[in-house]
Amino acid sequence: MAEQDVKFYQVGTFVAGNRLLDIDQRTVQARVDRSNAITSGHRACQGCGEALGARFVLDAAMRATGGNLVAANSTGCLEVFTTPYPESSWQLPWLHSLFGNGPAVASGIAAALRAKGREDTRVIGQAGDGGTVDIGFGCLSGMFERNDDVLFVCYDNEGYMNTGVQRSAATPPAAVTANTRAIGPAPGNAFGQGKFVPLIAMAHEIPYVATATVAELHDLETKVEKAMSMRGARYLHVLVPCPLGWKSASKDTVRVARLAKETGIFPVFEAEHGEVTSVSKIRRQVPVEEYLRIQGRYAHLFGDHPRPDIVARIQARADRNIERFGLRSDGPETSDLPGGAS
Amino acid sequence: MLEVRIHGRGGQGVVTAAELLSVAAFGEGCYSQAFPTFGSERTGAPVISFCRIDDQPIEIHEPITEPDVLIVQDPTLLHQVRLFEGVGDDGYVLINSSRTLEELGLAEYATRFRPDRIATVAATEVARRRLGRPLPNAALLGGFAALTGAVSVDSIASAIRARFTPSVGEANEQAARDAFALVSDTIGGLSHA
Amino acid sequence: MLSQIEGSLAVARAVAGCRPEVIAAYPISPQTHIVEALSDVVRTGELTPCEYLMVESEFAAMSACIGASATGARTYTATASQGLLFMAEALFNASGLGLPIVMTVANRAIGAPINIWNDHSDAMSMRDSGWVQLYAESNQHAVDLHLQAFRLAERVSLPVMVCMDGFVLTHAVEQIDVPDQSDVDAFLPPFDARQELDPANPMTIGSMVGPEAFTEVKYLMHAKQMEALDEIPAIAEEFAQSFGRDHGGLVSPYRTDDAEIVVVALGSVLGTVRATVDALRDEGVAIGALGITCFRPWPADEVRDALARARQVVVVERAFAVGAGGIVGQNTRLALAHLPITLYNVVAGLGGRPVTRAALRAVLVDAVEHQLQPNQLHFLDLHEDVVRQELERLRSGARGPHAESIVRVLGAAAGSSPS
Repeated sequence: MAEQDVKFYQVGTFVAGNRLLDIDQRTVQARVDRSNAITSGHRACQGCGEALGARFVLDAAMRATGGNLVAANSTGCLEVFTTPYPESSWQLPWLHSLFGNGPAVASGIAAALRAKGREDTRVIGQAGDGGTVDIGFGCLSGMFERNDDVLFVCYDNEGYMNTGVQRSAATPPAAVTANTRAIGPAPGNAFGQGKFVPLIAMAHEIPYVATATVAELHDLETKVEKAMSMRGARYLHVLVPCPLGWKSASKDTVRVARLAKETGIFPVFEAEHGEVTSVSKIRRQVPVEEYLRIQGRYAHLFGDHPRPDIVARIQARADRNIERFGLRSDGPETSDLPGGAS
Repeated sequence: MLEVRIHGRGGQGVVTAAELLSVAAFGEGCYSQAFPTFGSERTGAPVISFCRIDDQPIEIHEPITEPDVLIVQDPTLLHQVRLFEGVGDDGYVLINSSRTLEELGLAEYATRFRPDRIATVAATEVARRRLGRPLPNAALLGGFAALTGAVSVDSIASAIRARFTPSVGEANEQAARDAFALVSDTIGGLSHA
Repeated sequence: MLSQIEGSLAVARAVAGCRPEVIAAYPISPQTHIVEALSDVVRTGELTPCEYLMVESEFAAMSACIGASATGARTYTATASQGLLFMAEALFNASGLGLPIVMTVANRAIGAPINIWNDHSDAMSMRDSGWVQLYAESNQHAVDLHLQAFRLAERVSLPVMVCMDGFVLTHAVEQIDVPDQSDVDAFLPPFDARQELDPANPMTIGSMVGPEAFTEVKYLMHAKQMEALDEIPAIAEEFAQSFGRDHGGLVSPYRTDDAEIVVVALGSVLGTVRATVDALRDEGVAIGALGITCFRPWPADEVRDALARARQVVVVERAFAVGAGGIVGQNTRLALAHLPITLYNVVAGLGGRPVTRAALRAVLVDAVEHQLQPNQLHFLDLHEDVVRQELERLRSGARGPHAESIVRVLGAAAGSSPS
C-alpha cells in the first residue's frame, strides 16, 4: 500500500487506533504489545477518567522503560478500584502504603534500587489530587527538594472522589461537592487561592514538569516517554474527569477533558528546571460555559437561579491562564510567566 | 566510686570536660561514665556535667547529688547557683579563678573542707596562654589530677590528644600540665604550712 | 572493639555494622547524634552501599523505609517522642505489611507539655502498633539489641523497635564494646526479602482487604509476634555464643530465686533498681528485680515464671495510661492472674525526673511494710503540695494553663535558678 505524507492536526484524539499513521507514530495504546499494566476487570466507574489516564501513563512508561518499572500508589480511587481483594489489576510491581506518603514511599523505593545497583529499574509514584496536593504535599515537596529519581504522577479529578466527592485544594471555584454544596450565599466551592501544583513543582526547579489531559493521548504518552528519558524528580499532572463527581455523562469524559484545555481552564504545558519549555496551544478558544454546562457540578450556575457573575469570574480566570501561559495559537509565542520561555 | 560534678556555662566545654575525664579513667583501666544535664543548646546558660569513676561496672545513671569532687569552671556561677549542694566535708573543690578563696568571698565557707582539698586555679588564664582562647576545661582537668590524684595527668593528656587535632591537642595538653603544676604547688605548699 | 564512647555513637556504629542499605531519618532530640554519625559514615563511603535520605518529616522517614524495605533493602531509621507519633500511621502500615524495618527509639516524653527528657510514653503509646518492642537496660545492651533486632525482624518478617532511654543512655559516655564488622557479618547474613518489588516477578503489595479476610491477616500478625517469643531467646542465645554477652532474652531476673518482693522495670532505671535491691538485701530484705527486655510481644509466661514465688511485686514504670492506670502494671497483673501476689504500681521518672536510689528505696520499704496501697497508682516523688495548690486554684475558677502556674509555684519554692 502506498504511503503518503499526511499531516493530521488532531492525531490520536478521535483516532485511537492511529491506523492511518506511520507505525512509529502510533500511540502505545494502539500497539498489540502494549503492557496493559492495568489489566481489565478493575472496578472503576463507567467512564472513569483516572482509569483511562493511569492506563495511558503506565503503558507508556512500561514501553519507555522496557517494562523495568516499579509503582508506588497512594490511597485513592485508583488504588481501591484496581485491588479489590483478592484480585489485582496490576501487571507491574506495585506498592500501596498510605494516603499521605506516596512520594516518600517512591523515594524509598528509588533509594533501595540505587543501593542495590539496580538503577535501570525505574520508579513511578502516583496519587490522586488529594494525595498530591493536600495530604501528600509535604512528602511531595521533600521528594522534589532531594531530586529523588521518581516520576510522580497526579491524576487530578479535582476532589476526594473515593470517599464520596469532597473538595480538595484542587477543586475549582464554584464546583459543587459533598461539602461545598450549592446552598447559601456562596454556592459551590469558594473562589480561593487555589493550589496549582505544577507551578509549585516548577518553583522547585526539578528537571521536568508537565500537565496533560486524557483527551490528548499522543501528548500524554510523549510526555511520559520524555519524563522517563530523564533522571531526577519529575512531575506529571494529568486532568482526569470523574463522571460521578463532576456529574458529567460517562461517555463525555474525553470531551470534558478536551474542553478543559480548549477553554483555557486547564493549561497544558511542559517545563524544565523551572522554565516553561512548551505549551499546547488552543486552536479555538471555547467559552467556559460550554465546558461548565455539561457537568452537573456546575448546574447551579444555570437553571432557575442562574449566576452569570460566577460564570464571568470563571471565564476571567480562564482568560488569565491563556495570557499567562501564552496558550492562544494566534497570539505571541511568548509567555510572561516567572519561569516562562521568552 | 568517685563522683565528680562540673559546673559551667554553655560553650565552655563543660560536657567535653566530663567526657575527657571519663576517657582518662578508662585509659587507666577503670569504669567510668560521663553525661551532662540536658537542656536547650544555648551558649551562656548554666550547664552541669557529671563523671563517675569506679573499678566496677557502673549501672546507675541518676544525676550526681552528692559529689565527691566539685569543679567550678565559671566563677560567675558562685553565689548565683547552688553549686555546693550535696558536697560533703571530705569533698574536693576546684574553682577556676585567679582570685583567692578570700577574694571570692568563700573563705568562711571553705573552712568546712579539708584545706588540701579545696583550691583555686587560674585555668582561664592558663588556657589563654596556651590555646589563645578562654577555654578552661582541659586546664581544670589537670588541676583535678593534682588535687585528687584520681587519675594521672598523663592519662588526662592521652584523652586530650585522642580527642583533638594535633595542634589543638598539644595546646590543651600543655594547659592541663600547667594547671597540674600550679595546683600541685598550692597543695604542696599547704603541707608545709 | 571496647572503647569509651557516647551511647549514640556506639549504636550508630553497631547499626552501620549491620549494613543497612537505606537509611531515612529526620532529626529529633535526643536521637540526633545517632543519625548524624550514620550520615557521616555514609558520606565518607565507610558504609556502602547505603543510600541516606534526608527526609522532611518522620512520617516521610518511615514511609521511605516502607518503600525501601518492600524493594528488598535492609532499612533503618531512628526517632523519639513527637517523631514517633508523627509516623504513627506508617508504623501500623509497616507492621501490617510485614516489613522487617529496624528503628531506634530514643525514649522521650510526649507533649503537651513539651518535654525533651526521658520517659517511656512515646514507645508505650505505640505498643499496639504491631512492632516488636525491645527495651535496652544499658548502652551495651542497646548495641547488642540492634544486631539481634535485624536478625529477628528478618526472621519473623516484622518491624522491630529498639528502645533506649533518651539522654540518659544516648548521651552518656561509657565503655562499650561495639562488635567488629567481621563478627557482625558472621552473625547477620544479608537480607533475603520475603516480598520484593521486582519487575521480573511483579506482585501487588498493600491492597485493600475486606471483612472476609481481614481477621485472618491480623491474626497472622499476632501469630508472628507470638512466634517472636521463641525467636528472641533463641537469637539472644546465638548472640551470647558469638559475642560472649548474655543479657537474658525476653526478661532478665536478678536475685529473684528466693525473693519475696520483686521490682519489675524496663530500661536504664534497672541499674538503679538493682543497686537498690543490693542495698536492701544487705539489710536482710528478700528482694529481687525483674528486667523486661521484650515488652511486645508480652512475655506473659516468662514474667509469671519469674514472679510466681514472690508475695509482692512492685512495678516501676516511666509512663502510664491517663485515666486508666499503669501500662506495664496492667500487663504484669494479667500475667500474674490467680496467683496470691499483691501488685503495686509505681509511676516514676516522667519527663526526665531522675529516679533515685533513695526514692526507690523508700517506696520499696513502704511496700515491704505494707504501707503502700495495692490498688492505686503511685507517683514517685510527686510534689503533692503543688498539685493540691493547683487543684485549689482550678476550683476557685482561676484561668490559665496548668503547666505555667505549676512551674511558677515550683520556681518560687526553689528560690533562684536551679542548681
